[in-house]
Amino acid sequence: MAAYEIEIILNRQLADCLSIPVFITDREGNLIYYNEPAEQILGKRYDDTGEMPVSIWATIFKPVDEKGNVLSPDDLPLVKTLKNCKPYHKTFCIESLNGKIEKIAVTSYPILGRPSRFLGAVALFWETKDE
Amino acid sequence: MKITIRGVRGSIPTSGPATQKYGGNTSCIEVSAEGWQLVLDGGSGMRNSNTQERPLNNRLDILLTHLHMDHIQGLGFFKPFFDPEMEVHIWGPAGSRKSLHARLSKYLSPPLFPMYIRELPCQLILHEVDRSEFEIGPFRVQSQYVIHPGPTVGFRINDGEKTFTYIPDHEPALGIHGIVSDQKWISGFDLASNADLLIHDAQYTTAEYKERTGWGHSSMDDALRFASMACVKKLLMAHHDPNHTDTYLGELLTELKMRNNYSFHFDLAEEGMIIEL
Repeated sequence: MAAYEIEIILNRQLADCLSIPVFITDREGNLIYYNEPAEQILGKRYDDTGEMPVSIWATIFKPVDEKGNVLSPDDLPLVKTLKNCKPYHKTFCIESLNGKIEKIAVTSYPILGRPSRFLGAVALFWETKDE
Repeated sequence: MKITIRGVRGSIPTSGPATQKYGGNTSCIEVSAEGWQLVLDGGSGMRNSNTQERPLNNRLDILLTHLHMDHIQGLGFFKPFFDPEMEVHIWGPAGSRKSLHARLSKYLSPPLFPMYIRELPCQLILHEVDRSEFEIGPFRVQSQYVIHPGPTVGFRINDGEKTFTYIPDHEPALGIHGIVSDQKWISGFDLASNADLLIHDAQYTTAEYKERTGWGHSSMDDALRFASMACVKKLLMAHHDPNHTDTYLGELLTELKMRNNYSFHFDLAEEGMIIEL
C-alpha cells in the first residue's frame, strides 16, 4: 500500500505528542490511527489492532444522549465531517467499556491538503464535567 | 541517464578553501538522457549549468522542489532564460493560495531582482505539481509533497531503465518517535522505494538535529535509515550544512562508514560529481 499523504502523517505525529485522545480516519472513515490516550477509550492498542475498517470501529462506541437514548450516527461530529468536509463539535455521552455513561465533547475537522484535497478527518475527544 | 551535480550546499552558498571539495554552491542537479535535459532546483549551482550545448528541441525543464532561497537564487543567472530561442518549463509545488508564478515573482522582481518574470526573453511555461505524474521526453517523473516547511515536493525520475530520486530538503524523522517502522507512515517513502540512486538531505549530525528538530532537515543517521528502509541501491547525502568544512564532512563520513554496515553504498554528494545510471 502506498504511503499516506504528509498531511495525514503530520497529523499522526501531532497526535503522538498530545495527551488528549485523537482518532484519525481516511476519507471513507476507516480508522487509520489513534494515539495512546485514545487507546483507553477504545480499550484496544494501536500496536495490536493496526487500522480498523469503519464497519468495526464505529460499533465500539455507543453514543447516547443524557437520557440514554441512542444517537443516530448522522448526528455525530466525525460522521458529519466526513460527509460535509467541515469541522463540527458536539457534547454527548458514550457508554464506556465498564458500562458507565460518560459525558464527552468531540471536535472533528477535515484534513484538507494542498491544493484543496480532502484526505481524511480527525476527531479529538474532550472529557467534560457537569458544571 | 547522466546526473551532474552542480551544487549540494545547504541554506547559503559558501566559498573558500574550507569547502572546495564538496562545494559551496547551493542545490542544483542536471539530469540528461537522449538529448533531453532536466535541471533539478535553481540554487547558486545553476549558474554553472547548461553552459555548453543546447538541449533537444531547444527545450529545457526545471524541476523545483520548493521555493526557499537556496533552491531558487540561481534562476536569475541561468542563461537559457535570456535566450529567445529557448522554451523553458518550470515545474514547482502547488501552494494553498498563491500561484507558482506569484510566489516566484517575489524573488524575480524588483527590488530583489532587476527584471520581472514577464520580461525574460525565453518562452517560459509554468506547471504546478503536487502528487503528480508527468512525462518529459524519455523521463517519467513523479512528485509528492514531503515534510519540509512550506510547499515542498520530492521527485522520482525514471528513464525507462533506472530510477533516480531527489529529496534534498526533507525531515522524515519529525515526531517524537523519529522515523517509524511502518512504511505507510514515512514521508517520501514511495518516491525513494527501490531507487537506483537517492540524493537526500543529510544536513546535520545527530547532535545538531536534536537542536534543530522541525527546521525541515535530516541528520545523516536518519538519511541512512530512510535509505535503508526504502531499499535504495545508492545514497548520496546532500544539503551539507554551511558550517561543515570539507575536513569535518570527511571525518563524519569516515565515522559513519565505521559505525554502519548497510548493504547499499553511501557517500557524500560532491559538486562536479557525474553519475551514469
